[in-house]
Amino acid sequence: MALTAERIAELNELCRRFRIDVLTAIHAPKSGHPGGSLSVCEILTYLYQEHMNLDANKADDPDRDRLVLSKGHAAPMLYRNLAEKGFFPVEEMSTLRRMGGLAGHPNMHTPGVEMPGGPLGQGFPAAQGMAMALKLNKSPAKVYAILGDGELDEGVIWETAMSAAKFKLDNLIAIVDYNKVQLDGTTDEVMPLGDLAGKWEAFGWTVLECDGHDIEALDFCVSVADAAVGAPTVIIANTIKGKGVSFMEGKNAWHGKAIDDESFAKAMEELGGEVNA
Amino acid sequence: MPKAIREVYGTVLAELGDINEDIVVLDADLSGSTKSAIFGKAHPERFFNMGIAEQNMVATAAGMSTVGKIPFVNTFTVFLTSLGLLSARDQICYANLNVKFGGAYCGMSDALDGASHHATEDIAIMRALPNMKVIVPSDAASTRWATKYAVDNYGPMYLRLSRDVYPDLYTEETRFELGKGAVVREGSDVTVIACGLLVHKAMEAAEALAGKGVSVRVVDMYSIKPIDRELIIKCARETGAIVCAEEHNIFGGLGSAVSEVLAYEGCGVPTEFVGIQDTFTESAPYNELLAKYGVDADGVIAGVEKVLKRKK
Repeated sequence: MALTAERIAELNELCRRFRIDVLTAIHAPKSGHPGGSLSVCEILTYLYQEHMNLDANKADDPDRDRLVLSKGHAAPMLYRNLAEKGFFPVEEMSTLRRMGGLAGHPNMHTPGVEMPGGPLGQGFPAAQGMAMALKLNKSPAKVYAILGDGELDEGVIWETAMSAAKFKLDNLIAIVDYNKVQLDGTTDEVMPLGDLAGKWEAFGWTVLECDGHDIEALDFCVSVADAAVGAPTVIIANTIKGKGVSFMEGKNAWHGKAIDDESFAKAMEELGGEVNA
Repeated sequence: MPKAIREVYGTVLAELGDINEDIVVLDADLSGSTKSAIFGKAHPERFFNMGIAEQNMVATAAGMSTVGKIPFVNTFTVFLTSLGLLSARDQICYANLNVKFGGAYCGMSDALDGASHHATEDIAIMRALPNMKVIVPSDAASTRWATKYAVDNYGPMYLRLSRDVYPDLYTEETRFELGKGAVVREGSDVTVIACGLLVHKAMEAAEALAGKGVSVRVVDMYSIKPIDRELIIKCARETGAIVCAEEHNIFGGLGSAVSEVLAYEGCGVPTEFVGIQDTFTESAPYNELLAKYGVDADGVIAGVEKVLKRKK
């Protein structure tokens, strides 16, 4: 069923708040990855807060949907979503990158995390393994693998693209956060992805493409992907790195840069957040 | 006629698969060599050929384990512990996942294929990973035990398996234990602490040395991590000299693991290291390689003679 306008507005408001909380969390330790956390915001928020069959009170439910954040550096946006789902108190966002707190990249000490992330590429085959095991168990659960576009440079991504098609993993959905910017520059400068949709198609995947900041479009594509039969689906979600903060948008400099106080104040002003939040 | 270690492993895995439906087996287009194909034939629905994509294979196993499966990943030892290392470290060991590594062609057992296919640093690599357990079977019975142990006990585990046939050392009644070694020959002048093939070479060496009046104790240290600290200390105190023997680089493997215990406990005794002397190997028939690189009975004898000269 299509989302109501009210629900879309609610999810967009959640995204605005999550952006504020994530930038606040990254600002405090003067370390983290703002750009990719902001670009993946709607994708993660839609999946966790609207779509996935996942309940923190039944975290071990064998038939829960799984999400693997293969682009592990966007951990803060994952954490904010997990907190909203009730896996841990939202106050724990302030422990990001601190001793005993939330790790810079996801690990399984954090409730709700399904697979450690960090070394790029590796989360995707792990998600595939989940999908294969779930199929063996005849589980209806879906597995969502969230990939970065820079991450597509990794060879193992294409190994997995080949094998997921071989094993007809229609319960595996890859979503590429296609913000076109990686650490050293644009994807075109660093490693051109060329005909990205064509590449996935050639590997035997069903390819969907949408605006990755448009909740309604994401809802449509994910629903189509969920209904796939006989082949895995990839959603190429066109996004903007640093989305929501004008001076971060499209800038590779904000991939993994600490947020200085002045920039933080400006960002909070744009997002309607509080500097002392 | 004893079967090759890889053959024993594949057969046992298939048998265990009959009674445990959680076992899944993955291979990277070498199942005919690693013998994981025996499982594949018996349980085709739980066997996955991942193609020549070791990184993909190991990380896929990581994901499967989170859904409750007991994945065994298989390929040549050298590829498993190099290409498979990233997931072994950052997913399987970091998250303490229940994945089992079957390294099929350890040491120089894939002799003719040459240095690229020889695994001479795998123990060092796998031993350095937190949560990883390292087992080196030395015959059919210990291979059977290790494979079953891996199924029955949770956590990442590395089985260092040989392409080759090892003579029988134990019986089906022998009791093995993780973290224990076995004294397979008593002796009082020196202890050879060995694993895998070198246990057999040490037995040959001990027999030859007995004829020269030297009493050699031989320990099969089949559990390398955790290691049998008590037994190492006991051997150091009782025999006063140790020779470590392994089909592996002398750095980072069994010899290092034994030395760590001796140093920590402050009971260091003269120790010699029989193994590949920090060099790359080459293509040749297996026995010629073992002789050239000093990992045969003569190599052990030379090690014993050297250490006895240094023994106080």
